[in-house]
Amino acid sequence: MSHVLAVVEQRDGALRKVSHEVVTGARRLADALGGEVHALVVASGPVTGADQLGRFGADRVVTVTGDGFARYAPEGMAAVVAERATAGGHGAVVCAATATGKDLAPRVAAKLGVPLASDVTDVAVEGGAVVVTRPVYAGKANLRLKVTATPAVVSLRPNVFTPLERPKAATAEAVATSTPAGRVTVREIKAAPAGTLDVAEAPIVVSGGRGLKEPANFKLLEDLAAAFGGQAAVGASRAVVDAGWRGHGEQVGQTGKTVSPTLYVAVGISGAIQHLAGMRTSKVIVAINKDKDAPIFKAADYGIVGDLFEVVPKLTEEIRKARG
Amino acid sequence: MKIAVCIKRVPDSEARVKVAGDGTSLDAAGVKFILNPYDEFAVEEALQRKEAAGTGEVTVIAVGPAASQETIRTALAMGADRGVLLQADAVPADGLAVARALAAELRDGGYDLILCGKMAIDDQSYQVGPMLAELLDLPCVTAVTKLELAAGTGTAEREVEGGVEVVEFPLPAVVTADKGLNEPRYPALKGIMAAKKKPLEVKPLAAGAAGVAVLGMTLPPERQEGKIVGEGAAAVPELVRLLREEAKVL
Repeated sequence: MSHVLAVVEQRDGALRKVSHEVVTGARRLADALGGEVHALVVASGPVTGADQLGRFGADRVVTVTGDGFARYAPEGMAAVVAERATAGGHGAVVCAATATGKDLAPRVAAKLGVPLASDVTDVAVEGGAVVVTRPVYAGKANLRLKVTATPAVVSLRPNVFTPLERPKAATAEAVATSTPAGRVTVREIKAAPAGTLDVAEAPIVVSGGRGLKEPANFKLLEDLAAAFGGQAAVGASRAVVDAGWRGHGEQVGQTGKTVSPTLYVAVGISGAIQHLAGMRTSKVIVAINKDKDAPIFKAADYGIVGDLFEVVPKLTEEIRKARG
Repeated sequence: MKIAVCIKRVPDSEARVKVAGDGTSLDAAGVKFILNPYDEFAVEEALQRKEAAGTGEVTVIAVGPAASQETIRTALAMGADRGVLLQADAVPADGLAVARALAAELRDGGYDLILCGKMAIDDQSYQVGPMLAELLDLPCVTAVTKLELAAGTGTAEREVEGGVEVVEFPLPAVVTADKGLNEPRYPALKGIMAAKKKPLEVKPLAAGAAGVAVLGMTLPPERQEGKIVGEGAAAVPELVRLLREEAKVL
């Protein structure tokens, strides 16, 4: 029997939603290991939403507060997590493979002297050991890894572990820490313009490639994205990002972001292997391209062969109508 | 400025992935290998820093098979001064084992800055840089898209969900590079010729026991080929109908 430490995230005193996924994944491991889930959040004061974690299967919620922990403080937070994991004798430490978790988890693992299984899409226990599945080569293959060290430190890919209600009467505990925040400090967070969704988090992604012909024509895609009423983000192929037409934060593919939205619309994108790797797990893929032999049509559920400059405005109009 | 850059030899992003006969690794037959794109940003950043300082040395270090020497030569052709290869038949699946080997090599090097890519595009582990920093007790900022260095301190920007974090840290430090940090240069012919004469030291990798075991590698199921709804704008109403009634995503 061993317990699982679920490291959850807050920003400016509010629990981040991905935390429900972390507790859900941790619960799955704890059930298999016959232990409890101990949720841990590091902050500078009480965290809104932390009391909700019992719903997803946390047996205990610990809020560790200290100066300098209002925002992400990598060194101090890694120290706190490693300390709690050691003191609690946890069999596994679970966090989210978000921007924060990708930064935090390796530090925690190194402090504990154990490996990290990062960005996993499945967790299980086999013969007492934690076994994970993680996509490699941008999802062109999946690797199954057995973690032989203890604790098993695992980061979960966001949007994969659907939060599952597993109500527990979680005990809440607040602990003050004198651990210093560390040498690396987040001075400010420049928020993206209101209403802008991250391409990796949006339920709908409308991506453009060379077929758009010039940067100004991305306005067509922005209009289409807007027609989905705040549900859609604009993405881009490597070719147009490398050409400087769009910001690198929008790039979908092996050297950009891996996305798996409900709906992915590829406009004027031929479908290079590295692009397909980044979006192949989307639920539904639509391709609009003038070349009927473009590889993108092989990956798409629905295709329209035609001039995007005629098809996209019509699609925008029809989506607006459909959404009333 | 004395800078170290950790680099890796990886399959090209256009490579098709096939599983080798052992069922746990990539079939490398016919696969083209390149310098990991995120490491290219790290090498470029190091070169720009050295050029701005007017003095210094850029060392590139790799863990990998003998063929990684080509990857190191690519970085030397870009302008790095010397290379070190910690040679092993394969890169350990345990990122901490890699970080430990790099830490042992870099610990007493007196580097002002250690740069890595934010991840390698093959195993996508996002971990060697920050692990290395922990082992060397150095400050670390990951996935950096903008970097400013002054005397003894640095400011970096990194993308997070819904915004950009502005991070301050003291030097020396470990910084991992994201796309957007810079535009990597192409090695010029002169650089390629010069690279052949630059020092490249090869040592056996001294890796400890791995804490992970690879059980298997599999390919995901192929997507079923879909249908062409029609041609031109006239096909749009039918597409929207299918999205609503068949795919149920609207």
